[in-house]
Amino acid sequence: MHKPTAFNVASIALGLAFLYAPIVVLVVYSFNASRLVTVWAGWSTRWYGELLRDGAMLESAWVTIRVAMLSATAATVLGTLAALALVRLGRFRGRLLFSGMVYAPLVMPELIIGLALLLLFVAVGADRGFWTVTVAHTSLTMCFVTIIVRSRLLHLDPSLEEAALDLGCPPMKTFLSVTVPLILPALASGWMLAFTLSLDDLVIASFTTGPGATTLPIRIYSEIRLGVKPEINAICTIMLAVVGIAVVLTSLIMKSRDAQTIARAG
Amino acid sequence: MKSVLPGARLGGARVVVLIPYLWLVFLFLIPFLIVVKISLSQTAIAQPPYTPVLDLGRGWQGLKTFAAALSLDNYSLIASDSLYLVSYVRSIQIAAMSTVLLLLLGFPLAYGMARAPRRWQPALFMLVALPFWTSFLIRIYAWINILQRDGLLNQLLIMLRMVDEPPAWLASDTAVYIGMVYSYLPFMVLPLYASLEKMDESLIEAAADLGCPRWRAFWLVTLPLSLSGVIAGVLLCFIPIVGEFVIPDLLGSSQSMMIGQTLWTEFFLNKDWPVASSIAIVLLAVLLTPILFYQRMQTRDPSERA
Repeated sequence: MHKPTAFNVASIALGLAFLYAPIVVLVVYSFNASRLVTVWAGWSTRWYGELLRDGAMLESAWVTIRVAMLSATAATVLGTLAALALVRLGRFRGRLLFSGMVYAPLVMPELIIGLALLLLFVAVGADRGFWTVTVAHTSLTMCFVTIIVRSRLLHLDPSLEEAALDLGCPPMKTFLSVTVPLILPALASGWMLAFTLSLDDLVIASFTTGPGATTLPIRIYSEIRLGVKPEINAICTIMLAVVGIAVVLTSLIMKSRDAQTIARAG
Repeated sequence: MKSVLPGARLGGARVVVLIPYLWLVFLFLIPFLIVVKISLSQTAIAQPPYTPVLDLGRGWQGLKTFAAALSLDNYSLIASDSLYLVSYVRSIQIAAMSTVLLLLLGFPLAYGMARAPRRWQPALFMLVALPFWTSFLIRIYAWINILQRDGLLNQLLIMLRMVDEPPAWLASDTAVYIGMVYSYLPFMVLPLYASLEKMDESLIEAAADLGCPRWRAFWLVTLPLSLSGVIAGVLLCFIPIVGEFVIPDLLGSSQSMMIGQTLWTEFFLNKDWPVASSIAIVLLAVLLTPILFYQRMQTRDPSERA
């Protein structure tokens, strides 16, 4: 490997500075004692205290966490089944439609997905609220899980499973005691990605939500439209910290190959 | 290869594919067909706000009445009112321009990452990927903190005596471009990095040994070899940016809307669901070619993927 050139070092430094400077500013200003964003009045945790007294915000946070946990879990199960079907079943009737339906949501504008799901919920007369958001998020995020698990399955050594089968292990047991442990890193990162996608989603949640199920992004969005507020800086900092810590922890557990898969799945 | 699927002997294989299949049919395909149907309907005062209603209880007759009442009115409205056309064109312009900016900014970063010492690469990869995991909304909000009239950027410019009057950055195309490039940078850099990292560096050395100048080697060797990464990055950025809503809504001016904002307005403010559905269908038609292209790239043999 050559010595890094000045140009390469500079482009990495500038690129990372561009990516992180705004986040650093936001975090620092969440600890500003002054209400005004323009004036720095020393460090303070005042806005975090205010946040704890904001009942509506806390309720939204609780709704969001429940939606994210439930939909990520459902998406991991569905996405894993879909990945197994794509990798292990070879050609089956309707495979083209199936893989089309798995890959399309990854790039399709969220607005269209949100609108379509809302119209479905209205057509079947479902009460919009907690469950409709959860189902909508499951549909979106299961596709991301499928991509991650599929890539892991493709790189799996089939002889391990064959050995278990040859030794008389039933297929179900082979799946649970050989395949699942082998794809566990992919399941973990898939769940994590589904969880953060659900946590962040504004557009699909706006379409599919109903009374009593205002998620955190929806509440933050309506506050942001009115301008910058230190309380919002504080809640954003907390969300960044939660996601950041979780992602770094998962990445320490899983192999870098999985991380690259996520990136490619985009 | 033997198939390891839960309960494969009990016809379980069919269950494995059936559950996600049915889920996607009911929650992706059918909703989409409903959008098509409603885009061909009329706004009515009743709830839900559209007619005709498909009455399958009346059998074939119901279906015929239904089909007769469908109309292309919403589409002719979209075609005739320049508001919509302007929105579509503006969205594509902004997406194209943002993608070019992303490529210009992302390529050096990805190249630097791929040429960095091996042991740094996982950490660099993580640093670029991390913002992709954090909330879109929060990252846009972070820029409002900086770009607002009495925000940090203007404070800095005044301190450096580069401007006398603080310029308004928000509610401008500049702010929209900053937001787009900022939000989508990981989507551009990571596929580029994946293709550049695999490249054999001895090829560049060979070109240099044969007397090829560096910029020519870049043009003739590096760029063609990273083409799959370039295409993936361009598609991953261009397609969602065309349909972007949050960024132009929070950073752009309300004078000229992107198509996502127009759809949002029709749906949430005007409550005109049929027109909103038609806008969505036309948007999808515009994006169909790049989406299919992206799908083909993704479903190709994984060993040759970027």
